[in-house]
Amino acid sequence: MAEHDVARRDFLVKAAQGTAMAATGGLLWVYLLKQEARAHPFALRPPGALAEKDFNAACIKCGQCVVGCPYHTLKLSGSGSDLPIGMPFFEPREIPCYLCPDIPCMKACPTGALSPELKNINDSRMGLAVIDLENCLSWKGLRCEICHRECPLKGKAITLETHPRGISKHAMFYPIVNSEYCTGCGICEKACPTTEAAIRILPHKLVQGKIGDHYRLGWTFDTEITQDFKPSDVIGPGEGKTLAPGKAPGQDYLNSGDL
Amino acid sequence: MSDLGGYDARLDALASTEKVHNLSFTGKLWSWRYIVLRRFTQLGILLLFYGTAHWAWQWPEKTPLLSGNLSASEFIGLIPLADPLAALQIFLAGHVLRQETLIGVAIVFGFYLLVSGRTFCAWMCPVNMVTDLAGWLRGKLDIRALFHVHRNVRYFILAATLILSALTGVAAFEWVSPVGMMHREIIFGIGFGFLALLAIFLFDLLILKNGWCGHLCPLGAFWSLVGKAGLVRVRFDKTSCTHCGECAKVCPEPQVLNLKKLEERGLVFSGECSNCGRCTALCPEGSLAFDLRPLIRQHNARAAGSTGH
Amino acid sequence: MGLTRRDFLKTSIAASTAATVGMPLAKQAEAAVKGAEAGWQWDKSVCRFCGTGCGIMVATKGGKIVATKGDPDAPVNRGLNCVKGYFNGKIRYGADRLTQPLLRMTDGKFDKKGKFQPVSWEKAIDIMEEKMRWAMKEKGPTGISIFGSGQYTIHEGYTAAKLMKAGFRSNNLDPNARHCMASAVVGFMQTFGIDEPQGNYDDIEHTDTAVLWGANMAEMHPILWSRITNRRLTHKPMKVVNLSVYGNMSSDIADLEIIFSPSGDLAIQNYIASEIVKRDAINHDFVKKHTQFATGPYDIGYGFRPKNAEKFHTAAEMEIVKNEKVRVLDKWEAIGQRRKEGEAVEQKNAATPMKDWAISFEDFKAALEPYTLDYTAEVAKGDPDEPMDKFKAKLQQLADYYCDKNRKIVSYWTMGFNQHQRGTWVNEQAYMNHLLTGRQCQPGNGAFSLTGQPSACGTAREVGTFAHRLPADMVVMNPKHRAIAEKIWKLPAGTINPQMGSHFVKIMRDLEDGQILFSWTQVNNPWQNTANVNHWIKAAREMNNFIVVADAYPGVSAKVADLILPAAMINEKWGAYGNAERRTQVWRQQVLPPGEARADIWMMLELSKRFKLKDVWGAQKIPGLEAGLPDVLPAAQAMGYTPESTLYEVLFATPENKKFKWPDNAVAKGHGNHVADLLKDGWFPEKAMFEEYRQFGTGHAHDLAPFDIYHHDKVRGLRWPVVLKGDKWVETQWRNNEAYDPYVKKGSGFDFYGNNGQALVMGDLDKPGDPAKKVDISGKAKIYFRPYASPVEKPDANYDLWLCTGRVLEHWHSGTMTRRVPELHRAVPAAVCWISQKDADAKGLKRNDLVWVESRRGKVKVRLETGGRNRVPRGMVYVPWFDEGVLINKVTLDSTCPLSKETDYKKCAVKVYKA
Repeated sequence: MAEHDVARRDFLVKAAQGTAMAATGGLLWVYLLKQEARAHPFALRPPGALAEKDFNAACIKCGQCVVGCPYHTLKLSGSGSDLPIGMPFFEPREIPCYLCPDIPCMKACPTGALSPELKNINDSRMGLAVIDLENCLSWKGLRCEICHRECPLKGKAITLETHPRGISKHAMFYPIVNSEYCTGCGICEKACPTTEAAIRILPHKLVQGKIGDHYRLGWTFDTEITQDFKPSDVIGPGEGKTLAPGKAPGQDYLNSGDL
Repeated sequence: MSDLGGYDARLDALASTEKVHNLSFTGKLWSWRYIVLRRFTQLGILLLFYGTAHWAWQWPEKTPLLSGNLSASEFIGLIPLADPLAALQIFLAGHVLRQETLIGVAIVFGFYLLVSGRTFCAWMCPVNMVTDLAGWLRGKLDIRALFHVHRNVRYFILAATLILSALTGVAAFEWVSPVGMMHREIIFGIGFGFLALLAIFLFDLLILKNGWCGHLCPLGAFWSLVGKAGLVRVRFDKTSCTHCGECAKVCPEPQVLNLKKLEERGLVFSGECSNCGRCTALCPEGSLAFDLRPLIRQHNARAAGSTGH
Repeated sequence: MGLTRRDFLKTSIAASTAATVGMPLAKQAEAAVKGAEAGWQWDKSVCRFCGTGCGIMVATKGGKIVATKGDPDAPVNRGLNCVKGYFNGKIRYGADRLTQPLLRMTDGKFDKKGKFQPVSWEKAIDIMEEKMRWAMKEKGPTGISIFGSGQYTIHEGYTAAKLMKAGFRSNNLDPNARHCMASAVVGFMQTFGIDEPQGNYDDIEHTDTAVLWGANMAEMHPILWSRITNRRLTHKPMKVVNLSVYGNMSSDIADLEIIFSPSGDLAIQNYIASEIVKRDAINHDFVKKHTQFATGPYDIGYGFRPKNAEKFHTAAEMEIVKNEKVRVLDKWEAIGQRRKEGEAVEQKNAATPMKDWAISFEDFKAALEPYTLDYTAEVAKGDPDEPMDKFKAKLQQLADYYCDKNRKIVSYWTMGFNQHQRGTWVNEQAYMNHLLTGRQCQPGNGAFSLTGQPSACGTAREVGTFAHRLPADMVVMNPKHRAIAEKIWKLPAGTINPQMGSHFVKIMRDLEDGQILFSWTQVNNPWQNTANVNHWIKAAREMNNFIVVADAYPGVSAKVADLILPAAMINEKWGAYGNAERRTQVWRQQVLPPGEARADIWMMLELSKRFKLKDVWGAQKIPGLEAGLPDVLPAAQAMGYTPESTLYEVLFATPENKKFKWPDNAVAKGHGNHVADLLKDGWFPEKAMFEEYRQFGTGHAHDLAPFDIYHHDKVRGLRWPVVLKGDKWVETQWRNNEAYDPYVKKGSGFDFYGNNGQALVMGDLDKPGDPAKKVDISGKAKIYFRPYASPVEKPDANYDLWLCTGRVLEHWHSGTMTRRVPELHRAVPAAVCWISQKDADAKGLKRNDLVWVESRRGKVKVRLETGGRNRVPRGMVYVPWFDEGVLINKVTLDSTCPLSKETDYKKCAVKVYKA
C-alpha cells in the first residue's frame, strides 16, 4: 500500500512538473509570437497583400514574391529586424513598387497572402502617401511638385491645388494626396527631392480616420425628403419597457450625494 | 546459450570493432560516402535557391529555376512544392490554402512518404550540417551530458506548434523556426539567423547531445510520424550482426537501433531514423544496408534460409 | 451548429480579402455606405444647438435616427455643420436618458427629503395638480411659476404662455433667454419699438467690415463665422475687428484685436460716437428724418435683490450688494457721468430704470465730450501688458472704420453685450453709432444682435414667454395689448394679469423667500445656469416648495427637483424654431420618444385638463396689485363657457383648434404625432397652436406664413414678416427699409414704424422736462446717450482677478446633451480655468494644477490652463459653464442689467489658489 502511494505521489509530482514546464514554455512561445506579430506596424506589403492580421497568418515566408519582383523592390524581413519575421516588405525611398501591370509578385505567391483577387495593379493599396506640409517644397511655395509629376496616377492620386500666395504676387501649387486613388507605390517618396522625404507612404491604419456612421456630407449625397414616411412601430409611448423601481436610467445619479 | 557461446559472441564483436578502427584510408573515405552525398544535396538545393534568387538562374527561359525556399517553392515554373507542416500551421492559423499550395504539399508529402520522412532532416535540412558538426566535435572533445531530456519532448512541441497556431492566428513554429531562418536568410542574404544557429550549435555541443534534431525540433517530429510508413529503410541482417555496437555509437538517434526490435522486425522500423546512412557505411559486417521496405522481408528470409536458422 | 469551422474560415477570409484588396478603399466605403443606407427615410430638420439655425437632414430607420447631414438647400449653412451639429444624430441615445417620471418618495408617498422613485404619469400629474392647487391657495396665481426656454419649440412656448397667462393668470413665466438676450430685446424695444434684428445673415456677403463686440463667433457661431471668414478671404476691403475682454479664436482672422476692460465697451462706443460727431461723419439727412436723440437716468442700481437683501445675503456678499442703494463713483465713472469722484449717488431709479426722455443734438454732443481718446484708452485698456499708444492706435483705427462713409459695416454681439450690468445701454450704444452714420437696415450695414439659443427669437421673444410679454411684442402691462390678446384668446376682459411677473432671477429669489411655492422647469437647466446658484439650490431643497423639472437627461436641476418628468427631444415631436435672422424653420416627428418620455406640450395639455375655470378665473389676490384680479367667471359664462369647463377645453381643444384634424397626411406625409395620438381627440395641437399664434402677428409686421407652407418640401424657413404677394408667401430681408419691407411707408426710405404713435418728453441730460412738451417719434428710432458705468464688483486686494464665463464650441449650454455624446465628451471632458501665464507664475501655479476659484459667493475646484484656445490678459480668468462638475455659477454674481434683468456672467471678482 505504502509503496503504491509513493509511486502515485511520484507520478503526480512528475505530471505537475511536466505541466508546469509545458505551460512556461508555451507562455514564452506565445509571448514571442505576439511580439513578432505586433512588431511595428510600418511595414509596407506587396500589392494585393491581405489585411495585416490575415497576411500574418497566410504568408508562408517563402520569398517567391521577392524572386518574382523584377525591380528588387521586395525584401524579406530577417530575424532581429523590427518587422515580423520572414515576410516581404518594401522601402519606397530605396526602391518603390513600379506597379507591374502583370503583378508578378502576387502571381508568385503560393498561399494567397498576396490575393489573386487583385486584378488591376492600380487597385492595389499598399499604403497611403502622406505629405509633411512643413517640409514640402511645394507647400513652401517653391515650384517643385515632383511627386505630382512622377505619380503613376498623376491627377488622380496626387492632384495640385492652386492658391494665391498672399505675401507675394505668386501662386502656390499644393500637392494633395487622394486616398481614393493612391496605391501606395512610393514612387513619390523615392522621387521627393528633400533631404528626408517630405512625402511618405504609411500603412492606411496609421493615417486614415473615419467619419462617424451617423453623419453624411450634405453636398455629396443626393437626398430627397421621403414622401411616404413609414414610422416604426417598434416602440410606442407607454409601451416602453417599464423598469423595476430603483432601476430607472439616471436614478443612481439623481439619488446620489450633494451638489 | 552456453557460457562458451556468450564468450564467442563477445570475441566476434571485438573483432568487428577492430575492423572499424583499423579501416584503411580509402576505407574511411568510403565510409563517409553518405555524408558527402548528403552535404551535396543539402548545399546543392541551397545553391539552386540562392542562384535563382541572386543570379536569376532560369530554366526554361524566363522562368526561375527554383524560386522560394524550403517553406514553399516552385521548380522550373511548373512544380509547386510546399512544407506540409508549415501549410498545416497556416491552415490552423485560419487561412484557407490555395490549390497551388495544396499540390505542393501533396508532392512533398508524397515524396517523403516514399523515401521516409526524416530523410528530409539528413538530406535536405541545412540545420543538419550545423548539428552534425556539433555532434562530431562533441564526440571528439568527449563532452558529457549536462542533463537528460526525453526524446519524446519533440512530439509535445509538435503538438504545441499546432495548438498555438490555432490559438494565436500565426504559424507558431514558422515564426520562430531556426530551420526556416537559416535557409531563408542564407538565400536572401538577410537577418541574424546565424545567431539562432550558433545557439543550436552550442546547445548541441555543450549541453545536450543531438539536442535540437534529436530532442526538440517539431519538424523532425513531424517527419518522424510520416516516416513510419517510409519506403526507403535500413535493413538489418541479424545473421551477420556481431553486436559490436559501433552503429549505435555513430547514430544520432541510437534508440532506433534497439537490437531486440531490429531482430524482431529485420529493419530499422522507427520513423525517427533519418536515413543518414552513417551506420550502413560503417557496419563492418554489412548487417545494415539501405533497401526498400518490400524487398527487406524477402532478403531476410533468404538470409535466414542460407544459414540454416 | 449550422456553420462549420471550415465554412467560417471560408467566409471570414473571403470577407477580409474583399475588404482589403481588389477594390479601392473609397469605393468600398461608398458601397458600404450605400448598403447601410437601404431603407433610410430622410426629412428636413434644424440643428438642435445654437441660434444660427443651420438646416439639417435627418435619416430614420427602424424607429431610430440613424444619421444626419447638413442640408445643402438650407441658405444658412448650405450643407455645413459645426462639430456639435455633426452629432445631432447621437444626442438622444445617451445611456441615462430619462424615460420615466421620478418622484421623491419615502414609503410610496411624496417626501421632499425622499429618494427618487419611478411613478406613473397619472401619479406624476396628480401630484403636480395637488401642489399647484396648494401653491395657488397659499399665494394666488403668483405662487406658481415656469422656467421656460429659448429652446422651446414655438408651439410649446405658445402653449406655456397661454396656459400661464390666460389660464392660471400668472405672469411668472420666464425663459432662460432672460440670461441670454433680454438686453438685446430691451435695446431693440427702446430704440425701435419692435424686437429683433432688421438685417439678416446676408449682411455678411454684403459688408466691408464685421465688428465683433463680445461675440466669439469663431466658437459660438461656427457656421456664421465660416461665412465671415469667407468674406474676409474673398473681399479685399473686408476688415474684421474683434473686441473682447480676452483673446479668443475670433482674433485669428481679425485685422484688429482690441482687448478691453470689463465695461470698457461703454466708453469705447461713446468714443466712436464722439469721433463721428467730431469728424462730422454724421449722416445728417438720415438722423434728421429718422431719429430722435434721447437719454435716461444713470442711477439705476445693479439688479440685485431689491428687498430683504440683508436677510438673504452674507456679509461678504453685502459688500457688493449694498451698491444697489448707494453707489460711490470712481474716477472714470465720475468723468463719464459728469460728476465728482467719490460722490455717493443714491440709486433712485433702481425701480424705474426704463425711464427715458428726448434730448437735443447739442446736449447729446455735450454728453460725448468727456469720451476723448485719452480718457477712453485709460478706462478701456484691457490688457495691462499692452502699451498705451498701441491701444490708442487701435481705438483710432476702429473709429476710422466707423467714420468712413464709404465703408459698409456690421456690428455683431452676443453675450459680451447682453450679459452686462449695463447690457441694454451698450446695445443701444451700438444702434447709436449705426444710426448716427445712417447705416442700419441696409444690406451690409447694421447693428446685428446674434442669439445664443435655437429659438430665442422664434419662441422666447416672438411668442412672448417672458414675464412681461404677450405674443408679437405686446406686453401685459399695456391694457390695449391685453385686450388684443384676450380677444384672440377668447377670454373675458380682465382675465390677463396686468402686473409684470417675476423674471428668471426673481423667480429664484421668490423661491428663496417663499413667495413662489411651485416651479416647473422646461427645456432648461436653471440650477446650473443661474448665477450665485448656491442660494437657489438651497432654496429648492430646503424651502417648503415643489420643484418640477422636465428634462431629457438628469442634470443639476433634475437633481434638486422633487418631480422629474422625462421629456421628448427634438425630432421626437413636431416643432419649429426661429433663428437670429427671423427665420422660422420646422420639423416633423421622426421617431418616438423612448420609454415614457413625452413632449412638453403634452405635459401641459394633460395638466390643463385638471383645472377648471372655477379654479382659476374667480377673483384672485396679487401682491402689489391692490384690486387683485377680477372674477371673470360671469363674463366667461356669458361667452358660453361654464365654471366646469376645463382649461384644456377653453384654451387648447377649442372648436376652432379642433378644426385642425389629426391625422393630417397632406403635411405629415406618414409621420406620426405622439402628442395627438395620446390625446385621442382627433386634433393636431402643434398646427392648431401655430395657426392661432399667427393671428397675433398678422398685419402687425410680425406676419408668419401658414403652418403648411413651412412644411413644404422646398421651403427652408422663411424670415418674417412673411406676406402673401399674389399667391406666394414672401419673406422680408431687411426690415424698416422701403426697398425690402412691405410695412414701410411709401416714399419714406426708412420707417421705424415700431415707434408709431409714441412720444417722448423733452428734457436735458439730467432730467426730463415739462411733461406737457412731447416730441412725436412716430417712424423714428431713438439715438440714446448712455454713459460709462464701472462694474459693481471689481478686483481688489483679496479677490484680485476678473472672472469671465462662457461656452466652448464642443458643448451646448449645460452639457446635458453634448456631454452624452461620447466623442464630444472625450474631446472636452471637463471645464478648465484659463489664466495668463504671468498670473500663474506670480501665484506659483502651473498648467493642470487643481485650483479653487473663489468669490464672495462660493468656490469651485477646476484645473488650470495657460494655453489653448483662449488668451486671457493678466488679471482675468475664464471658466466655461457647461460642466456641472465645475459649477462655476456658484461663484458668479447675480447682478443684472436693471433694464433687461439679464445677469452679468462676464465680470465678477475672484481669487485663485491651489486646491
